Amino acid sequence: MRDLLEIVQQVGPQALGIVTLIGLLVGLILAYIGAIQLEQFGAQLYVANLVGIAMAREMGGIMVGVILAGRTGAAFAAQLGSMQVNEEIDALRTLGVAPVDSLVIPRMLALIVMIPLLCVYALVAGVLGGVLVSVGTLGISLRLYYEQTILSVGINDVWVGVAKSILFGILIALCGCYHGIRCGRSASAVGEATTKAVVSGIVCIVVADAICAILCDLVGI
Amino acid sequence: MSAVISVENVTMMYGERVIQRDITFSIEKGSICVIMGGSGCGKSTLLRHLIGLQPPSSGSIRYNGKDLWGASEKERAQIMRTFGVLYQKGALWSSRTLAENVAFPLQEYTELGAHHIADIVSAKLALVGLAGFEGYYPSEISGGMQKRAALARAMALDPEILFFDEPSAGLDPVSSRRLDDLILELRDSLGATIVIVTHELASIFAIGTDGIYLDAETKTLRARGNPRELMETCKDPVIQQFLRRGDSDVSNGRPA
Repeated sequence: MRDLLEIVQQVGPQALGIVTLIGLLVGLILAYIGAIQLEQFGAQLYVANLVGIAMAREMGGIMVGVILAGRTGAAFAAQLGSMQVNEEIDALRTLGVAPVDSLVIPRMLALIVMIPLLCVYALVAGVLGGVLVSVGTLGISLRLYYEQTILSVGINDVWVGVAKSILFGILIALCGCYHGIRCGRSASAVGEATTKAVVSGIVCIVVADAICAILCDLVGI
Repeated sequence: MSAVISVENVTMMYGERVIQRDITFSIEKGSICVIMGGSGCGKSTLLRHLIGLQPPSSGSIRYNGKDLWGASEKERAQIMRTFGVLYQKGALWSSRTLAENVAFPLQEYTELGAHHIADIVSAKLALVGLAGFEGYYPSEISGGMQKRAALARAMALDPEILFFDEPSAGLDPVSSRRLDDLILELRDSLGATIVIVTHELASIFAIGTDGIYLDAETKTLRARGNPRELMETCKDPVIQQFLRRGDSDVSNGRPA
């Protein structure tokens, strides 16, 4: 239980800084790309739609997923890997404690709980990035941008993003823990396990996101 | 005397490679059995089979007649609860303090209250000479202390059998000697059966009352018996060479 809280702390609050930065910048980048195209039609206001929908449906979840794959997935693999090297996992097993119960499940729960919150937080940060560009350079008023965002981003968009982020969280935890527990018994094996955890985590996220995009299109959400 | 552990026709493989073929031996209650052998002979693998981490490729291992690997998962966990293991590197859980390390088996398997557990933890730590170190993390103490703390954890549930994997590895001669004395003390006070994997000759002679020698070349159990008696009486040049650090060659009749 105490382990779970420590992991939640590591996964969530300690990641806020980097999620803020990345979310804000991705929102800002999207706004610039949108602004250049939309200005040609005099439709700058639609920057709000672009940033809002893209952050809610795709970029929020993906960026948080990539950050956590690098931060948390890697940490999980390194922690479990070094426990394997140190025989700490053997020590658990000879006491009759399954490593999956005591090590993997708390980590996965921590990610499942924290990643949707981070995802929504990244959405807010991204919209703020859009606001900076729109209000700062396109001359759109804050109030107008706000109304346009509310009007365009449906609750479904947010739900799709949050649901996907939970899926990403499960994938990151699985990749991190799997490679950690399967780690060989040397110091270099821990490095390899960490690398594999991050790479496979990011690949899984992108593949899962592509599958979700196709499914959403078929279902029509 | 009765056999606490009996190993019957165990064959060990590493992938496709056979490490030891058809080993049979038993360990008596209250004895200190040393598993000896050069590097790569399969000592550590045998230990992993004995402590329930990895099944042998064939043969059976019985604890008081109960087959460890033929048992269901639940029965196996029950058998495993009757022994404690001191791992080569201590294997203390690094995110927990010494007290939490020792307390963990008690919390898992007993109904004792927190106060009672704290008392037992202090007593076990005192027994290994670590009274007052309850709040320390494993990384804050020396290697010798880590091993002793790990021993306290292995003893938390008052096991009938204690396994030691290379107890003197990485310890200076004095600490290593202290650990040997502690092992003897434990055998006498708890009446536990002790199995030690080691190639440290000083320890082998100081505490071993029984032993087996695994040979890497012939892939068999080459000799068994009290190590001191083996050195006196065994005619096998390989055993003599091992026990005398290669100093003597009995077949040529040279003095030790």
